[in-house]
Amino acid sequence: MKRVSILNRKNALTLFLVIVIYAVIQGLIVTDILPPLYTSTLIQVCIYVILAASLNLINGITGQFSIGHAGFMAIGAYFAGIVSVKFHGPLFLALLAGGIVAAVAGFIVGLPTLRLRGDYLAIATLGLGQIVMIIFQNMDYFGGAAGMQVGRHVNWSWAFWGTIISLVVIHNFVNSTHGRACISVRENEIAAEAMGVNTTKYKVLAFTLGAFFAGVAGGIYSNYMYFIQPTTFNFLTSFNILVMVVLGGLGSMTGSILGALIMTVLNVALSGIPSLRMVITALLLIIMMLFRPSGLMGTKEFNLNFLEKKEERTVA
Amino acid sequence: MLKIESLSKSFGGLKAVSNLNIDIKDGELIGLIGPNGAGKTTVFNLITGVYEPTEGEILFRERKIGGLKPYQVTHRGIARTFQNIRLFADLTVIDNVKIAYHQHAKYSSLGAILRLPSYFKGEAEMENKALELLKVFHLEGKAKEAAKNLPYGEQRRLEIARALAAEPKLLLLDEPAAGMNPQETHELMELIRWIRDTFKLTILLIEHDMSLVMGVCERIYVLDYGTIIAQGGPDEIKSNPKVIEAYLGEEAI
Repeated sequence: MKRVSILNRKNALTLFLVIVIYAVIQGLIVTDILPPLYTSTLIQVCIYVILAASLNLINGITGQFSIGHAGFMAIGAYFAGIVSVKFHGPLFLALLAGGIVAAVAGFIVGLPTLRLRGDYLAIATLGLGQIVMIIFQNMDYFGGAAGMQVGRHVNWSWAFWGTIISLVVIHNFVNSTHGRACISVRENEIAAEAMGVNTTKYKVLAFTLGAFFAGVAGGIYSNYMYFIQPTTFNFLTSFNILVMVVLGGLGSMTGSILGALIMTVLNVALSGIPSLRMVITALLLIIMMLFRPSGLMGTKEFNLNFLEKKEERTVA
Repeated sequence: MLKIESLSKSFGGLKAVSNLNIDIKDGELIGLIGPNGAGKTTVFNLITGVYEPTEGEILFRERKIGGLKPYQVTHRGIARTFQNIRLFADLTVIDNVKIAYHQHAKYSSLGAILRLPSYFKGEAEMENKALELLKVFHLEGKAKEAAKNLPYGEQRRLEIARALAAEPKLLLLDEPAAGMNPQETHELMELIRWIRDTFKLTILLIEHDMSLVMGVCERIYVLDYGTIIAQGGPDEIKSNPKVIEAYLGEEAI
């Protein structure tokens, strides 16, 4: 019989790799070898990895087509900013507050809108993103259209470990009976309901959890960027996150990470030729959709499972 | 077990089911037959909560279930298969079964996120239960295959396995033999009887294949134009003039 436990070679190796990646980059930053532009790019990658992974939970895993993710990011960014600036709260609390307010917003919005299907849900969530942006634009408490000064509290360590924690939580949720319930909603809603899955509950749960992490990512963003403006969180940002998820493969967590990494690095790398940037990005996407319409990873995951098989073989 | 009292369902002006009465006792194996469009699947959809009854009551183990949502009906102990197979096609065979076990899962989302001991215990239990069930249906060798890659007959069997994973008291089978050859149908008959005895179930099935219905059902209800036109044992039904008329037309008599 197969034993499941948290202490296996796969998890140990994953943890080891994560620590190595962190330590190497942290070392390069501390010794000033890594130019600030690279550090800033890496932190942006972290932020977009969280955003893409959390949108993947809604769009890819649960199959609810949402394109208002920047709205939740904005809510998280502003509320985390308020906690940092107006209450001088610790960063951890700021990020948590941003996440929780975004999750509450996700829950309230999710309850009525998740009754809608397909393109109707897409339109509703698109509208939501715009509404959030306009609300922040018109509230003086949040600085209105001029924006809000937040300051820099986030460094590489915060961004990196924040991303890792977010990914672990989302991964653990997806790889459980509750995650399978979400996937069953995507696969066949009628059958899922007939098999005893409360589909409304799991749609709202996935939406709320996704909104929470979008809020956390927004909090990291505002506490890193010194300054935030409502227009930063417009529908182009939402689309950008969606593109990362689709590029990586809807339903694949590692795909979302890959998509976020590629798109963010590409954006920075092409910033020297702004006139061609959008053209090249668009071309890449078209080629991608022609040759690999299900995304780089499809619904598959990159994992270290091959190590486990080896282990089993040596035992047998 | 299941008692349907003067049940009606209208879609606009069309009465799909009218004044339906069905009474099923514990452990019975009942057939529901009727010509195309008689309203058989509508009856299933009414029992399982897909549709809300226009009139009448559905009592399951002495409790009203009319108007409940499908997942609530399943939680009460009724599971079903579908006429047109509705598996989770892209998921593995074992995941299909595990999803039906979901309602009996013994750990919360938080337990899963924090990977508490309850998660590992619950997952191991589900895995074992699912594998056992697959063994019964001779599908254990294909546990890791995508459901859509199974041959048709195995997909039908997997659907029944999945329904059983919900641990129902009453199993509804919507045309389980559709698209099967006589050999497969015969095996299915044995399987249905075996399931009923092993899992101590009550089974209600819709079927077009008369050899299966007559061979396996203890009692049969015949539905035509949304009303019951006859009921009784297989032999009574075979010789009932109303049934022959419904199936073959008036001139045949």
